[in-house]
Amino acid sequence: MNAIDSYITPDGRTIGAPVMEMKNITLRFGGVVAIKDISFDIREGEIRAIIGPNGAGKSSMLNVMNGFYHPQEGEVHFRGEKRGPMRPHQIAHQGIARTFQNIALFKGMSTLDNIMTGRLTHMKTGMFSQIKWWGAAQREEVENRELVEKIIDFLEIQTIRKTPVGRLPYGLQKRVELGRALAAEPKLLLLDEPMAGMNVEEKEDMSRFILDVNDEFGTTIALIEHDMGVVMDIADRVVVMDYGKKIGDGTPEEVRTNQDVIDAYLGVAHD
Amino acid sequence: MSANFYFGVEVFLNGLMAGVMYSLVALGFVLIFKASGIFNYAQGVMALFAALTLVGFQNGQIPFAHLINAIFGTDLHHFGWHMPAFLAILCALGVMILFAFIVERYILKHLVNQEPIILFMATIGLAYFMEGLGDLMWGSDIKKLDVGIPQGGNIWLEEKTAFLGGEDFYGFYLDNLDIWATVLAAILVTSLVLFSQYTKTGRALRAVADDHQAALSVGISLRTIWVIVWSIAGFVALVAGIMWGSKSGVQFSLSLIALKALPVLMLGGFTSIPGAIIGGLIIGVGEKMFEFLIGAPFLGGATENWFAYMLALLFLVFRPQGLFGEKIIERV
Amino acid sequence: MIYREAGDFKTSYAKDQQTFPIAFDRWGYFITLAFAFLVVPFIINDYWINAVVLPFLIYAIAAIGLNILTGYCGQVSLGSGGFMAVGAYAAYKLMTGFPDLNIVFVIFLSGGITALVGMLFGLPSLRIKGFYLAVATLAAQFFLVWLFNKVPWFYNYSASGQISAPERSIFGYAVTGANALPAVSYLFCLCFVVILAWAARNLTRGANGRKWMAIRDMDIAAEIIGVNPLKTKLTAFGVSSFYIGIAGAMLFAVYLGAAEVGEAFGISKSFLILFMVIIGGLGSIFGSFAGAAFMVLMPVLLKNVMVGQLGWPTDLAAHFEFVIVGGLIVLFLIVEPHGLAQLWRLAKEKLRLWPFPH
Repeated sequence: MNAIDSYITPDGRTIGAPVMEMKNITLRFGGVVAIKDISFDIREGEIRAIIGPNGAGKSSMLNVMNGFYHPQEGEVHFRGEKRGPMRPHQIAHQGIARTFQNIALFKGMSTLDNIMTGRLTHMKTGMFSQIKWWGAAQREEVENRELVEKIIDFLEIQTIRKTPVGRLPYGLQKRVELGRALAAEPKLLLLDEPMAGMNVEEKEDMSRFILDVNDEFGTTIALIEHDMGVVMDIADRVVVMDYGKKIGDGTPEEVRTNQDVIDAYLGVAHD
Repeated sequence: MSANFYFGVEVFLNGLMAGVMYSLVALGFVLIFKASGIFNYAQGVMALFAALTLVGFQNGQIPFAHLINAIFGTDLHHFGWHMPAFLAILCALGVMILFAFIVERYILKHLVNQEPIILFMATIGLAYFMEGLGDLMWGSDIKKLDVGIPQGGNIWLEEKTAFLGGEDFYGFYLDNLDIWATVLAAILVTSLVLFSQYTKTGRALRAVADDHQAALSVGISLRTIWVIVWSIAGFVALVAGIMWGSKSGVQFSLSLIALKALPVLMLGGFTSIPGAIIGGLIIGVGEKMFEFLIGAPFLGGATENWFAYMLALLFLVFRPQGLFGEKIIERV
Repeated sequence: MIYREAGDFKTSYAKDQQTFPIAFDRWGYFITLAFAFLVVPFIINDYWINAVVLPFLIYAIAAIGLNILTGYCGQVSLGSGGFMAVGAYAAYKLMTGFPDLNIVFVIFLSGGITALVGMLFGLPSLRIKGFYLAVATLAAQFFLVWLFNKVPWFYNYSASGQISAPERSIFGYAVTGANALPAVSYLFCLCFVVILAWAARNLTRGANGRKWMAIRDMDIAAEIIGVNPLKTKLTAFGVSSFYIGIAGAMLFAVYLGAAEVGEAFGISKSFLILFMVIIGGLGSIFGSFAGAAFMVLMPVLLKNVMVGQLGWPTDLAAHFEFVIVGGLIVLFLIVEPHGLAQLWRLAKEKLRLWPFPH
């Protein structure tokens, strides 16, 4: 365990105290154990990767982190506080945003509207000022639009602003989804296989966006990724899962030389 | 035992028999839903249409006579023959199969890959269309349907059970027609279950229900399956139409039996054949008993109109997966 | 050439978000409004007002209501007829119970009461989805009709079981009852339509509308980005029922004058409103108007042609109406699931390039 409060990465960024701590999480579906007694933390400003073979329980882990699944055992601490029983939408309001493995955009809406939905946790005008529109509601709409336009610029998707997302190619949809999560200005950003199914150029673009988000906005990021090369390049620390258990945790170099991890990835028989 | 208790038993038995009929209609829904993911609202109107066609053939009515008369000023109405019931049933079945082809060719084929709710609304449109078409073809007057099923109270049962309840009780009154309907429905349900479990077509049907694309990739023709399923649904509708039509005449209200089957589906689940059967029995017995015990004495009666829906609604709130569904694990 | 957006640059986000971004549309809208308020009342005859215009305006309100629930929030409801009945009976009880209450308040209050009932029946929507919910809303339909039929308090113990609207006036002009002038009823309905359509547009263009659409398009993802599903669905049910209740109250008080629940607010009314929404276009305020106009005009037209011109018996015409309505629904869903509103959009696309399409 890291006893220190902060550390400095090889490229010179200072990583702070834990934002989220998972303590002895166990998650079961009926008789199937999806996650077994896993603990780790995610620190302020860090890019934390979760890797592992198919069916290792990575997505389930992400679902526990944003409250979609409720673990039978263990505790989730977010920004120093233990999380009680909460619905996912309440957790979103605490400042956790995410993207999905299978794109979960709102198909009937334009790119702009999709990213604007990311601002919903910040938009507070009541129904009656919405009905009146002129005044508070319009002002709020325009303010949030300005911020969303910055994200659109940042992700270089200005030209598809008003296109219905259903018509966009896969790579762009992934980008819009990232935009929607960024629009929430999250304290913690969860990315579920942001580069799955992409070609090399698209992966490079996406890696650049992730690094820039972390760099420019200082956003803490936890991501699941299959491509080991990408993970080793962009992650500060890596958790390795296999069959619902944690088999490694540390910097990319530490993980790469860990015998259990090598076994899991090279497919040594489980006994 | 008091007479009231036996009245209760009689109501229970009648509810059970009504329930079998609900199951029969619900089964038509389930078959189409399983095979094509379509919630076929037109099922009830199909029963009406089938019954109208059957009566039309039996009596030798000229289709569209009304319309032809209105346009050409003629005075047509009947061919002047009387078809035997069995032949008329076969002809009506032929029309329902033809109808299945037409639906597949002109509607389903064009709506592949649409959202389920769009398909659902298309079947509402289909229901309206068929209702109008049936009236145009055969006229909208109430018709008597008689295919030779015995009707009236079952005297034998009444006499045999009369001793049970003392002075005020004259024995169980069950309609012969209902008894016949129950037996036929039970046979039909059983044979449909056997068909889908043990025949090659039945297997293909279940494969399509599981996964359209996978079924296509192993060489099952989706379009053929759809025609088969809609034909079976048409057959089920014909049977339901004969039963309900013999009982209360062939008229518009016959199409409302679909509305009776919907809560059955909610209770039993849209995809479960046993669910449709048991759900139908529960609803049949439940609404008759509720009307007998609470509705008629305390609420002014006619609670059968909504009881089934409320029961299904409350049930679903506590168990959204229905009677036989597995617990739903949501994924993202 | 005439219809274009070239040269119409937007310099602020507020301008980019307006309802009619193209100047030509904006002017068209203002001219239509002015025409409806200032010209129509003086030129129209009673037959048109009663057969076409009043039902069109009232059903447009109901269609907007259902479109909010089904088109924007994705919750299919087959209970509109029942909710219209709630509005009608609420209006009746308010009018007879508080004779001094202004008719405008009566109608808004009826909408409010319907909104509460709608939210009550919307509660299961958190657990029941899709078809199951559609069928569950039939529970509301059947139960409510039964309730108004069986409990005499609702129709003030009248022998016929009917409710009939007493005369109420506004600025000295009767809007309900036998003495109401058609032109006055027309203006009364028009005011409601304009205000309610404007409110619906505002509710659907901003944060609120995005919550509804997010739930419609993918409810799980919506919850994870911070949309409270129960609250959002309930507001949709509430707002939708508010509109439908107002439409029911006006249908009864202003248009019909007297009503019997099973006949006026039966399940066929639920389907009628649903058809308006489908044919007009799901998720479009304009579509609600187009659908209402279509469903009101078509039977009148058919009747005029078949009974008036060809001399057919009326029942034959009625059967044809069923065939045509049903056929059109299917046709629309096959050709253009987004309805008349989408056809209108496509026509405008074409018009932008006309007469030089290349």
